[in-house]
Amino acid sequence: MNHKAFFNRIRESRLFWVLTAWSVILGFNALFIPEFFRIAIQDGHLYGNLIDVLNNGAPLMLVAIGMTLVIATGGIDLSVGAVMAISAAMGAVLINPAPTDKLVSNEILTRNATNTPLGIIVLATLAAGMLCGLWNGLLVSRAKIQPLVATLILMVAGRGIAQLITNGQIITIYYTPYFWFGNGYILGLPVSIYIVAAVAIMAWVGVRKTPIGLFIEAVGINPKATYYSGISAKNIQLLAYTFSGFCSALAGLILSSYVHSADGNNNGLNYELDAILAVVMGGTMLSGGRFSLLASVIGAMVIWTFTLSMYALGVPANALLAGRAVLVLLVILLYSDRRLMKRRSKSADNQNKSDVITPDEKLDLPRP
Amino acid sequence: MTQRLKLSVLRHGPLLTTITIFLMAYIIGSQLYPAMQRPQAFFNLFINNGFLLIVGIGMTFVIITGGIDLSVGGVLALTTAASAALLKLGVSAAVVIPLMLVMGTAIGLGLGSIIHFFKVQPFIVTLMGLFFARGLAYIISLTSVTITDPFYKYLALTPIHIPFFAKAYVYIPTLVGPLLLLVAIYLAYFTRFGRIMYAIGNNEQSAGLMGFPVGRTKIMVYAFSGFCSALAGIVFSISLLAGYGQFATGVELDVIAAVVMGGTLLTGGVGNVIGTLFGILIEGTIISILQYNGTLSSWWTRICVGMLTLIFIGIQSIFARRKKDL
Repeated sequence: MNHKAFFNRIRESRLFWVLTAWSVILGFNALFIPEFFRIAIQDGHLYGNLIDVLNNGAPLMLVAIGMTLVIATGGIDLSVGAVMAISAAMGAVLINPAPTDKLVSNEILTRNATNTPLGIIVLATLAAGMLCGLWNGLLVSRAKIQPLVATLILMVAGRGIAQLITNGQIITIYYTPYFWFGNGYILGLPVSIYIVAAVAIMAWVGVRKTPIGLFIEAVGINPKATYYSGISAKNIQLLAYTFSGFCSALAGLILSSYVHSADGNNNGLNYELDAILAVVMGGTMLSGGRFSLLASVIGAMVIWTFTLSMYALGVPANALLAGRAVLVLLVILLYSDRRLMKRRSKSADNQNKSDVITPDEKLDLPRP
Repeated sequence: MTQRLKLSVLRHGPLLTTITIFLMAYIIGSQLYPAMQRPQAFFNLFINNGFLLIVGIGMTFVIITGGIDLSVGGVLALTTAASAALLKLGVSAAVVIPLMLVMGTAIGLGLGSIIHFFKVQPFIVTLMGLFFARGLAYIISLTSVTITDPFYKYLALTPIHIPFFAKAYVYIPTLVGPLLLLVAIYLAYFTRFGRIMYAIGNNEQSAGLMGFPVGRTKIMVYAFSGFCSALAGIVFSISLLAGYGQFATGVELDVIAAVVMGGTLLTGGVGNVIGTLFGILIEGTIISILQYNGTLSSWWTRICVGMLTLIFIGIQSIFARRKKDL
């Protein structure tokens, strides 16, 4: 009896399935690619596939943290990839040592110098991302546009804006201090991991040690009831989208510093899809409600562990997409477990409301 | 009487707005660039955006039932890659084209079944379909494969002259989109299938309670969208005479934007395929104005499409509000 309750508690836990998926992939690696686990020390830094999972996966983990909060409010943020591109473009343009249009030689452009102090660059990229998030949040919470569409607009237009900022060029960055975010090391571990940890802890304290987390879940489960219980559902949504913009901007900063360039078309390509996948794997329902930040972060790690193991097996990067699709299918089948069906039918009417809110219904909400 | 007139204006308001905006954009464009006044410039919109129209028709149906299909670009690219590879192996075009259509329909059928039987959100399932189809296309070939089949070449290079317009022509694959549009209009307005589709979009539960075959219709809609994507893939591979997994990236967003501009509500239940045609024509007009201008860069297309989508959602919500007040 006690055992049964114990196992049920484990099965109920959000972490169960994502950890299972992770251990399956790691188990597969242990059998077929043992060198995946090798960690070497070079120049006082740790090297190895497992460290790469953390370092390459850092942007996705950040985006997934932001996305978790947005999805928990019953929304979705498709613009994360575009926001990453915008913030990367912002950083690259501010670094550009030759800001004016006059003819510049290649030596000036490839100088290890910057036009703006590093601190201002970081602040400006973060501000750009938060502005994008704020715009999404205003469209969703004030203009009452469906989240899918509201963020789709920035997803389409955002890449255009990023190209507008960089004037359509791929800007290569030569300013070495900027590379610290993506390539630097503290105590042998990549800097990006510390950034992820800081953001994750900040978010965790924000949602679990203050009522904000409860409010977010309440908005996701039933926005109307939340409104009537005196919580400003609008501001909660606004906060979630702005935070997602902040996370995406930070991710864009790390990514552009890792690849040493800003490319409006390819920075953060497909990140929106990967982030949603990570969140869904982490057990947060797309209809909103209960969420787990840790599970989403582990979901992002599962995606990168899978990707890097496939690379280690010699699967070409492009063909990997099909493999990732099979992974999604497995996750979908795991989650359409009968237990979830039961839970779903229990809250069927809530779900229908939060799944598909027609404009007419939405107009009802803010009327006091 | 005035009440009825008002209602009908409100009902067709989004469509009329779309048509007006298209005409205004085209007239402004032709005032700025006299080259756009030639009839050929207008037919070029169909030649260049024919595949978008085909995908858009399938997408409109899916969105009317309240779903969304993000897999269209993937299926399109997979069709081009697979047909190019098969033609290279020497398989006859008469076998390849039906095979591709069956493949597209089967993918749509599979995605629709997962959506219906496992009750997973369409968004996630079709996202998986997108990854899966593109991945398969890359597995078939990592580089672009050219098509040298004589039948494809014949289809691609034979101009059809348009009556009453001197020197204006289109190609054979260009006609597929408008023909499919007629079929889609028939399906949507004159068949049981179409009415059930709108009923599901308005309220799936009541449609089920009324005894409509909800599950079957939903699966059929996704299968139709898969069919349209495969058809668009064939048209696309004919017009470029090549197949590649990287073709048509981001096409799903262009199509969704066009469908929204055409007055179809993303919540389902309201919309029509004629609006989608005009949505696509608006996008095509913007692109050709940017091309005629020459100094404006290509990224303005994206910004314009984004802004237009926003404007149209605004218009939609105004009409929805008015309708509620009546």
